[in-house]
Parts: sequence; structure tokens; C-alpha cells
Amino acid sequence: MNKAASSPSLSPDMARTIYRKAYLINRTDERFRAMLTNGELAVAYYPVRGHEVIAAAAMAALESDDYLVTTYRGLHDALGKGIPSRLLWAEFAGKRTGTCKGKGGPMHITHPETGVMVTTGIVGSGIPIANGLAMSSQIRGENRVAVASFGDGASNIGAFHEALNMASVWKLPVIFLCQNNQYAEHTALAAGTSVSSVAERAAGYGMPGVSCDGLDPASVYEAMSEAVGRARAGDGPTLLEARTFRLLGHIFGADFSYVPKEDLSAAEERASMTKLRQWIGERQVSEKELTQIEEDVDAEIDEAVAFALESEPPDPDDIRFDIYETEQAA
Amino acid sequence: MSAEKTSFAQALNAALDDAMADDENVIMLGEDIADEQGGGVFKVSKGLSGKYGTKRVRSTPISEQAIIGAAVGAAITGMRPVAEIMLMNFITVAMDQLVNHAAKLRFMSGGQTNVPLVVRTTTGAGVGFGGQHSDMLEAWFAHVPGMKVATASNPADAYGLMRSAIDDEDPTILIENITHYGMTGPAPEPGYRVPLGKATIAREGGDVTLVTYGRGVSDCLNAAGQLADEGIEAEVIDLRTVSPWDEEAVLSSVGKTKRAVIVHEAVRPFGVGAEISSRIHEELFGELAGPVQRVASYPSPVPFAKPLETAFLYSVADIVHAARETTQKKVQ
Repeated sequence: MNKAASSPSLSPDMARTIYRKAYLINRTDERFRAMLTNGELAVAYYPVRGHEVIAAAAMAALESDDYLVTTYRGLHDALGKGIPSRLLWAEFAGKRTGTCKGKGGPMHITHPETGVMVTTGIVGSGIPIANGLAMSSQIRGENRVAVASFGDGASNIGAFHEALNMASVWKLPVIFLCQNNQYAEHTALAAGTSVSSVAERAAGYGMPGVSCDGLDPASVYEAMSEAVGRARAGDGPTLLEARTFRLLGHIFGADFSYVPKEDLSAAEERASMTKLRQWIGERQVSEKELTQIEEDVDAEIDEAVAFALESEPPDPDDIRFDIYETEQAA
Repeated sequence: MSAEKTSFAQALNAALDDAMADDENVIMLGEDIADEQGGGVFKVSKGLSGKYGTKRVRSTPISEQAIIGAAVGAAITGMRPVAEIMLMNFITVAMDQLVNHAAKLRFMSGGQTNVPLVVRTTTGAGVGFGGQHSDMLEAWFAHVPGMKVATASNPADAYGLMRSAIDDEDPTILIENITHYGMTGPAPEPGYRVPLGKATIAREGGDVTLVTYGRGVSDCLNAAGQLADEGIEAEVIDLRTVSPWDEEAVLSSVGKTKRAVIVHEAVRPFGVGAEISSRIHEELFGELAGPVQRVASYPSPVPFAKPLETAFLYSVADIVHAARETTQKKVQ
């Protein structure tokens, strides 16, 4: 297992891109939780606070036609990959104008135009599917890579192990991005996982295992770029662990008193958005540019929320469509 | 249909060969399917990896979740994977990929993605493979919206159903019967298609309708021969597609004969026969001359020892008996 080194070499352009994505993710998550709190929406939601930098920096290392498979805790990945805010919001609100016409909801966001191919509500199940996306690219001789994003808990399910073995045997252009937030639902890493770093598991499958600091944009971006480069070059998969901390409960509104207070406050300090802003500001991104990014993103979210709330819900008759290619009888 | 004879295994091989030749998006994956590993345990994929390469015909690790998951992922990019699950009981390992993903991605994505996947699998009792290599699990998949299930009763249909399933934009499970591979029948013309969702009348008759599929078809034809000797003319319907099934064909036949027997190898409780029987009663209750009968296997795990395995499987005599019952029992 390797440790990815933090590099100061992130370009100002890339720093700007990453900040924009991270800020968008952070504000969207916050706005969504606020709307759940005040009753404007009532949806099962898995908060992403603490995951902003991973998604922003990892997805910034991809092309728009690269494939992504993510999970029910996936808002950050979808936004990082570039899914349009208004379509995402409309789907979260269960509207016909959403990415999935209101048929999928937050746990099943799909948007092939930006490469968001599958969002699964089943822990670990996206990992074998990412192999298939990568296999398609490999057979067709395309340059696309596939990314399977999942949590530390998913590294304990059979699908993870079957998929990593197959990807290694077939040298598939796939990156297994484990966002290790230290908790599998309510179970701490050490209580349910045989290794302290998920990246160690790569050794069992003959592929590089890399661990990076998920709160450090440069660390994530560098490690991800290297993994993507390996995949595009035909050198096969990488297990990339990005370490962070889940700053909220498993699901919105759930108790998370099982997280020690001192661990939580230390993580909150490390994951502070103010700190991120300052760090980006040190990479030749001016205060004016940062403010502009924030204003643009705030406006984008306002517009997306308004669009979602104004949009029509699905028609009950829509249920007959999209089960099979041909519509089903009423 | 030509005068030439072909076996079930040869017909399936020809269907895969022709589909791969016609469309480079057709790929195959499964345990031991490439020639280096023997071309499949029943030789159905023999010669295909040599002809199309191991990029398109891939032997896999023994990893059913990874096989179906990879096939689902490839399918949503527009490839047409034919994934082999060697024996139907092993499909249980891949249920999450099939039920939660293959069948649902079209709907959950609002039609943005779809899964043109074919899963080939084989099973069947009667050959002493015991409890974990013989189950008929079609009812499980028929119960999942978004999934299609089909099974052929003869080599030509095996070819035609395979070609249609590969063409189809939705996931289909094709169940082969382990006792069928050596069965011969008229060879299909290249390119022959059996439309999914359409039944066929395997024998015409006016007194009772025998509704069946797969191995049940030859057994029902056999029973129909015996019934004819007693003066009972049985109509045999081969569903070919178990789900979505051809209600129109069944209701129209039973509307004519007023009597129905449903025959399948899978165990009786909660089986496909229960749904078909229920629909017949819902639509034709007042017209029926007797209650619908079901002939199916005994609800135990498939046993090993011959006397037990025989006790498990339905018999042709059971079909004959049930048909006689329907012609004698009247609805009061």
C-alpha cells in the first residue's frame, strides 16, 4: 500500500474547479437538510458533510464521458461529476422534471450525459457494475474509465471482493474509490473491518492500493489522477482509499451519539469549509474569484430549488412506462 | 424449418454464433465458456471464443455477482451481453444484481438507461444432481417487474428465443433444461425468431387445455396422446415466454375448451401455475366446466436417490389424471 503524497502543484485553474465543486456540494447538502428540517421536503437523505473534497477533487480528475457508479450517499459524487443542479433537485423533490422523472429519487440518481450511470441503494452492488462499464470501454477500445464510488462498509460485502478480483484478472480500466468515512452505518471501522486502511485489501487482488487524505484536495486529486492514468494506459484497476470522517448521522435526522465527541470536533475542524477556502486562496485564486464562485453557486442552487418546487409531480399513469421498453397495460 | 435435424445444444450454439456475427455488441461471459476451458460445461459455447476472441467470449472467475454485475454495466452502455450462470441454483448468488439492478435500472432511471441482458442458465430434476443443482426458479423472476423469463421446448425455439432475447432491450432469463441438450428436432432457418411474450399451440384439441412450457411440453404432448385414446382431445399450449406470458392465447383456448390443466416442473406452491390459474378464474369463472388443475413437482428440495427423485417430479400419468378430473368435475 502506498500513501499518496500531498503536492503543492495543483494549478490555480484546478484549484478553482475543485473549490467550485466542493462549495456546490456543501451548499446543496446544507440547503437540502434545511428544507428537510423545515418540512419543505420529506425524503430519506444520506448527508455528505465531510465528503465534499473527495468528490470535488476526484471527479475533477475525470473527463465528462468517464463513467461513475455511486451509492445512496451520492449527492456529492453526482454534483462533482457535473450533473445539472436543477435536474438533481427536481429528482430529489420527486418531480417529473427530475433526472429520472421522479421514478428514482435521491438513491437512484442517473444522468448518462454526465457519466452518472448508476446510483445504487444496495451497499457494494455498484462495484461489479462499474467493471461492466469498464469492460465495455475496453472491448470497444475507448479511452473511458469507470469509477466505482463506495464507502468503507462496502469493502466488507462479497460484491467488492468478487469485483476487485475480476477487474484485476481482466486489467479493467476502473478505479475503486473507497470514501472511508470511518463509519459503516453505526459501526465504527475497527469494529467491523479487519484492516485499519481499506487500501490494504488491494494486495489480495494484485492491484495498487493507495490511501490519500480525503480532506486535502491536492492529495485526492494527485492520487486520483495517477489511478486514472494507470487505467487509461491499460495498466488496470486501482483501489484508492480517500480517508475522511462522516460529520453527520448515517441518515438525516438519525442519532449519532455513538461517535465520540472529541473525534467529531477534531474532524469538524479539519473539514472546515473556511479552511478549504483559505487553502484554495493560497493557490493563486483571488478573493474576488472565490466570492464570484460562491455567488454563482448560490444563484445556481436558488434557481434549482425554485425549479424543483415549481415543477409538476409525475402523473399516476407514468407508472406504466419504463418498466419495459413497451408500455405496460393499466 | 428445414428437414435437417439439430440438437438443443447445437441450436443454442448456432444462435449465439449468428448473433455474434451479426452484431459486435454481442458478448458472452460465464464460467468455463471459452474453448480453453472446454467451451462451456454443456459445450453450448464451443468454438465461439476461437472465432470471436476471448475479449468477446470471456471465461470468468467463479463469481456470479461479478458476472451479472459486469453484464449489467456493459448492457447499460449498449452492449448485448449473454451471461451464463452455469446452473440455475447458482443464480441465487447473483440475485441482487438481477432483481435490484438488471430488472429495475430502466424504471429507476426514468428510461435513461436500459439493460439488454440475456442470462442463460440450466437446471432440471431427474438426473441425480440433488438439492442444489436442479431447482426450477422461474417463478421468482416472473415475480419481478422489469424482468422477462423464457424457456424453450425444442431446439428450433431455443434458437429463436435466444435471438429474440438478444435483440430485446430488456433483461431476459433463458432457462435451459439439463435433460434437453441431446434432444433433436427440426433445425431453424438462420435468423429465425420466436417473439417474446407469444405462446404457440403445440397440439390442437377442444376438450381441455394443457398450459405448459419447457420440458412440460413433450410431457403434455405425450399425455394428450393417451387422452386421445380415451376420447379426450387436449389442446397443448407452449407458453415459450413464462413472463410476461401470453394471457390472450391461454384465455382464448380455455374459453373454447372450458377446462384447463397447468403443468410445470417447478414445485406447486406459489408457482407460475398459481398465477395462470388465478387469471383463468378471474376472466372465465362463469364459463368453466370445472376447476383449473395444477400438475407440478412435490414441494420438497430436489432429492438425490432415484425413488425420491421420482416421487418429487410430476409424471405424465399425473397430467392424464388431472385432465380426466377436469372433464369429470363440474362447477356446481
